[in-house]
Amino acid sequence: MSQAPFYVSPEQLMKDRADFARKGIARGRSVVVMRFDAGILLLAENPSPTLHKIAEIYDRIGFAAVGKYNEFETLRQAGVRYADLRGYSYDRTDVTARGLTNAYAQTLAGVFTTESKPFEVELVVAELGLSPETDQLYRLSYDGSVIDETEHVAIGGQADAITASLAGVRSSQMTLREVFNHGVTALGAATQTILATDALEAAVLDRTTPKQRTFRRLDDAAMSALRED
Amino acid sequence: MAGFPPAFLSSTSNSFVELARSSAPEALPHPSVRDLAEQSPEGTTIICFRTASGILMAGDRRATIGNLIASHSMEKVKAADDYSVIGIAGTAGVALDLIRLFQLELEHYEKIEGARLSLNGKANRLAAMLRGNLGLAMQGLTVVPLFAGVDESRPQGQIFSFDVTGGKYEEHRFHSIGSGSGFARGALKKLWRADLDHEQAIAVAVEALFDASDDDSATGGPDFVRQIAPTIFTVDLENGVTEVESATVLDTATEVVARRTATAR
Repeated sequence: MSQAPFYVSPEQLMKDRADFARKGIARGRSVVVMRFDAGILLLAENPSPTLHKIAEIYDRIGFAAVGKYNEFETLRQAGVRYADLRGYSYDRTDVTARGLTNAYAQTLAGVFTTESKPFEVELVVAELGLSPETDQLYRLSYDGSVIDETEHVAIGGQADAITASLAGVRSSQMTLREVFNHGVTALGAATQTILATDALEAAVLDRTTPKQRTFRRLDDAAMSALRED
Repeated sequence: MAGFPPAFLSSTSNSFVELARSSAPEALPHPSVRDLAEQSPEGTTIICFRTASGILMAGDRRATIGNLIASHSMEKVKAADDYSVIGIAGTAGVALDLIRLFQLELEHYEKIEGARLSLNGKANRLAAMLRGNLGLAMQGLTVVPLFAGVDESRPQGQIFSFDVTGGKYEEHRFHSIGSGSGFARGALKKLWRADLDHEQAIAVAVEALFDASDDDSATGGPDFVRQIAPTIFTVDLENGVTEVESATVLDTATEVVARRTATAR
C-alpha cells in the first residue's frame, strides 16, 4: 500500500522558502548603495579583492548583490548579456534599469515559486540619470519583489541596522567624500567593528566623466584618500 | 518562465558574438546578395606606426561607390576599447558593423570576466571574427582591419594586420591598408623613425595620408572647405586611447600644404 502524500499548504510552502532564503542572506555581509551630488556610490563590506559584490552592467547601470556568490554571479552575467544584446540590437540609450529590473524580478519570482530552492540573494540595480532627478535605485528581494528607493538603499544581513543609522541622511545633496564616510560608518556600526579599507569594496557611477561607461572602481588608495576616520 | 531567456542564465561563454549567434541571430550582419559589392561604399587608406611612447593610427574620411564619393566624413578608425584601436578598409557597411561588434565583444568579455583580454587575445578574437565572415569575403564584400594597442606586458605597443581569411600578422614598425596604402607606405618608409614624439608623429601621419590622397582617387585629403581632418588616434599605456583634436590635425595639414607649395611637389 502506498503512503498517503503529504499535504503542505501554499502559505506554509512559501513561508518555508522565504525563511530559507532569508537565513542564507542574513549570513552574508552587507552592501549599501547611496546617491551623491555627482553620481551614485556602491559600497560593500568585502574582504576579497577579486570576488566582487559590485559590478558594471552597462554604461550607466551598476549592480550590487549579497547572498550566495554563485547565484548572484549567474544573475550578474545574465544582466550583462541582457544589456549588451539589447544595446546592440537597438541603441545604447535604450538599455534601462527599469527593463533590467523587470527581467531580474521575473527570474527571481519564477525561481522562488517553481524551483526546488529559491535564490538566496538580494540585489540592487542602480541607474545614473543624465540629471540627478532621474537617478534610479531598485532593490530586489529573493522572491522577486521590487522596491524603488530615493536616497540610499542597503541589502544583506544588517540591512535594517544600516538603513536605521542612515535615516534622515539626504545623501543626494552631499559630496562623494561625505557620502563615503557616512556609508563606511553605517556599515561599521551595523557590525560593531571599525572596517579596514582593504575590507571594503567600492565603485561609483560618475556623472562627471566624459566617457560613455560611467562605472569606475575605487581602489584601496582612492578609498583611503576619501576616509576621514 | 518570464524574465531572462534560459540561455542567459546557463551560458558559460564570455563571447558576445557567440551569445548573439545563439540568442538573436537576426541581430548580426549577414547580407547575402551577390552583386551588392558594386553598390556598397568602400573605405580606403589607414596607416599605423610605432612612436616613441606607443602607437599612432590614422585614416582618411572618404568613402566611394565606384567613381562617386559617397561620404566626406566617414570615420574608419575607432577606439576598440581603452587601450586599443581598430581601423578598417573595405566595404563600409560591413566594416562599421564589424567595428561595432568587435568593440562590444571586448566590452562584453571585460564585464563578464572582470578583466581585460590581453592584446594578443584581442587580436586573435578579431581574427576569429574575420574567419566567421569568410562567406561575405567570397561574395566580394571584403573587410580588412588593422588593429593596434598596448597592454602591461607590451607597453611599447603592437600592430597587427589581417587578411580576409582571418590570417593575423604582427607588424613591427609601420603598416598601411586600403587602396591608397602603397603610396602611404612609401611615404612612411622615408619619414618614419622609431623615436617620433607626439607632434612629429602627427606630422608624419598627415604627410603619409596626403601622399595617399594625392595619387589615389578613393582616399580623401584634409578638407579645408568643410574643416574635415583625417582621424588620428594615439595609444600609450599612460593615457590610453586619445583622439587628436581635428583643429590640431588641420593646423598640421596647413603646414604640410605650405611646405609642399613652397617646393611645388
